[in-house]
Amino acid sequence: MKNHVWRPLYVALGIVAMILVARELYVPKDFGIHERGYMYGWHRKSDETYWKNFKVKYKTSEYCKGCHEDKYADIKGSPHGNIMCENCHGPALGHPADPPTLTIDRSRELCVRCHSYLPYKTSGRGKIRGINPETHYPEAECVMCHYPHNPKREAKK
Amino acid sequence: MITRRNFCKKTMLLVGGLAIPLAAFELFDPKKLLADKSDNARERWVFLVDTYKCTGCGFCVKACKIENEVPYDANVTRTWVERYVITKDGRTFADTPKGARDGFTTGKIALGEGMFQEIGNEDIDKAFFVPKLCNQCDNPPCVQVCPVGATYQTADGVVLVDRTWCIGCGYCIMGCPYGVRFFHPVYHVAEKCNFCYHRITKGMKSACVDACPFDARRIGNIKDPDDPVTKIIMTERVGILKEEYGTKPQVFYIGLSKEVK
Amino acid sequence: MVHGEAWTIKEFFVYPNEYIYWTIQIVMYPFMTGLVAGAFVLSSLYHVFGVKQLKDIARFSLVFSFALLPVAMMPLLFHLLQPQRGIYVMLTPHFSSAIAAFGIVFTTYGMIVASELWFVYRKYFVETALELRKVGGRTFGQHFRHLLYSILTLGAWDISEHALERDEKAVRVLAGGGIPVACFLHGYAGFIFGSVKANALWMTPLMPVIFICSAVVSGIALCMITYIVTMEIRKLIVAWKRKQYPELPSPEELKSAEVQVVTMTARYLIMFLILAITLELLDLIFRGYTAVKSWDILRSVIYGKDFVSIFILQYGIGNLVPFILFLLPRLTIRRAVVGTMLVLLGVFMMRWNVVIGGQAFSSSFAGFMEYRLPIWPGSMELYREGLFGALTVAVTPFILFWILTKILPVFDVKDSH
Repeated sequence: MKNHVWRPLYVALGIVAMILVARELYVPKDFGIHERGYMYGWHRKSDETYWKNFKVKYKTSEYCKGCHEDKYADIKGSPHGNIMCENCHGPALGHPADPPTLTIDRSRELCVRCHSYLPYKTSGRGKIRGINPETHYPEAECVMCHYPHNPKREAKK
Repeated sequence: MITRRNFCKKTMLLVGGLAIPLAAFELFDPKKLLADKSDNARERWVFLVDTYKCTGCGFCVKACKIENEVPYDANVTRTWVERYVITKDGRTFADTPKGARDGFTTGKIALGEGMFQEIGNEDIDKAFFVPKLCNQCDNPPCVQVCPVGATYQTADGVVLVDRTWCIGCGYCIMGCPYGVRFFHPVYHVAEKCNFCYHRITKGMKSACVDACPFDARRIGNIKDPDDPVTKIIMTERVGILKEEYGTKPQVFYIGLSKEVK
Repeated sequence: MVHGEAWTIKEFFVYPNEYIYWTIQIVMYPFMTGLVAGAFVLSSLYHVFGVKQLKDIARFSLVFSFALLPVAMMPLLFHLLQPQRGIYVMLTPHFSSAIAAFGIVFTTYGMIVASELWFVYRKYFVETALELRKVGGRTFGQHFRHLLYSILTLGAWDISEHALERDEKAVRVLAGGGIPVACFLHGYAGFIFGSVKANALWMTPLMPVIFICSAVVSGIALCMITYIVTMEIRKLIVAWKRKQYPELPSPEELKSAEVQVVTMTARYLIMFLILAITLELLDLIFRGYTAVKSWDILRSVIYGKDFVSIFILQYGIGNLVPFILFLLPRLTIRRAVVGTMLVLLGVFMMRWNVVIGGQAFSSSFAGFMEYRLPIWPGSMELYREGLFGALTVAVTPFILFWILTKILPVFDVKDSH
């Protein structure tokens, strides 16, 4: 090649070639344009599997019913029947194998999520019977007087 | 001096030069792109929120954080609940302390930096709660702006983040008008609500829907005409958030009010 | 702690996930690319348009532009939470994103500047390499230099009159082609912001144009100030050396040349400064006049929270004062130094007000966020996104420039006149 003017271009082409080779070697084969097109579907397909295989923690009350049918029936017939077991008992995960026992939240903080009175008549909150946590037996746990599975009954002593 | 021959030569050169960048786009083959867009998916997940029913208990936020392994004490969350209080003198107050992870247990409105606003019961004109989560938009601006293809939309309409490919530039966080995205404190990549993709693809409902005692949150498949959520969206009056951005959000709200941000 | 929590203060109603995610490094990024683009445009004024008065500063600003180039990328690497994955922008670019083109535009631009430098310095490379080849019994240092310059010639040893003519032609072509690429590199940094529809302050089609204009302003300003500083040092050296070599130009000669270059360059600076301010004010007036939904919160940010940094620091001290300084007759070196420093401050504040100001309000339009610049680098995160990270970025081009001048002499007294 006589004309030296093109030399930098060769260097540039070499760099481009290097990037293309790196791309070929490094980018996963399933990376490409998928269902939603280039704008919204440009991704690594196998990542969808990652998210599908993500671990389920909350198994819902139907899962609890399998063993604890009595408790299930108890709460379902009460005004608290719409509260999922795991909201207070914690996520089932692999219970009873792992963990064998669940951590139950008996704290006041749990109950006042709904039962701290707020005067919001235009929302569902205004219709729930509530107390002022600062004045309503602030030193006591709610479960000392109220039976959480059925608030109409008195607490088990 | 411009001769005709010279003029023609220059023009040809110019046109040829301009054609090069156009030719570069050919590499992407628009036909191929269009063909892939044809919609054969049997599902399109949508969400329905009833703000009349929401009581601001925050069980949804708690369940979401645990289910999706977002550190419980980190001040970020995939879903949250907002409180709106409109007073008689026309002022609007809104807050969402810790994303309502622990619910709303006091009537005081958080103003940030440990400041609170007391509002007397008799001053309230209306007050309500609005749960928020990713809208899984039909035109997701967050996906559009990802420079590397680390966030994308699946065939059934859910926007996911590839944790092994995200470079952490934050452009998607900036691009979302709803503020649903954040950086995961453990993985240090973009994180967002994905309607509990691992649950809905197994026939379950998302964790927040299961945790809601009041049916304020519901998830459904808009492509199934018999789905109760679809029926409500089709036959009742529902609203969406921030329509003006053209994102076509797929979370529908019953009882939306002009004060909702 | 969540990323962003350490430096964000929230006020009123802000969505729970909102923090100031784009911080000082994203201010540095357009500032640095602006300097790159500006320095290159300045050097092209001589090479392409043959503005003879700029000959002295042209070669200098070309080398400086090359030294600034890697630094335009640095703030981005500092900012990324996964910097080791930065290369993915080249591997799987998603062109619907404004950032995706960065890798390609940046590399193209880098290659153009490098090639242009090569053509400018090829004669020097060949001559130096040949000279070193003649030296018998080379020291290690000489050996290294010989190897380096031999590689740098890329095997093109022909320095005949004819070959050098071709070099010159190539420089002209590259400089000409480089201007649109430099403008694109920077204009599109503006597009990165201007195209974010979720951000009320950023979203304007004027953003890229405003960015280019202020880029050229800041690039010229930085070249001027660096040029002045190096000339001052040269004057000192010359004054000292003249005792031995009386044939060197006198400090007075150097000074008159310096003043001439500075006056000429200042004229271009003023031109672009006027353009930049006009566009920015147009944008502001338009927003106020149309007053769409976001205007309420924008107004309280622009005229309230950010008043000092926008109207005092940016428009006042950063634009108006240097404008007057440059327009007053009989520009002196000292006044030029003050003026250029203020211009740099003004452009930096403009970037700051765009990047930080754009995040000063929540997308709920009902709350504010305040950015507290982390000073002490107590952790890696606080270093990268704090004052010291920014200083690292600011200092690097000067170090690189110093290293580059060891290889590419910028001030060659022999051919400077």
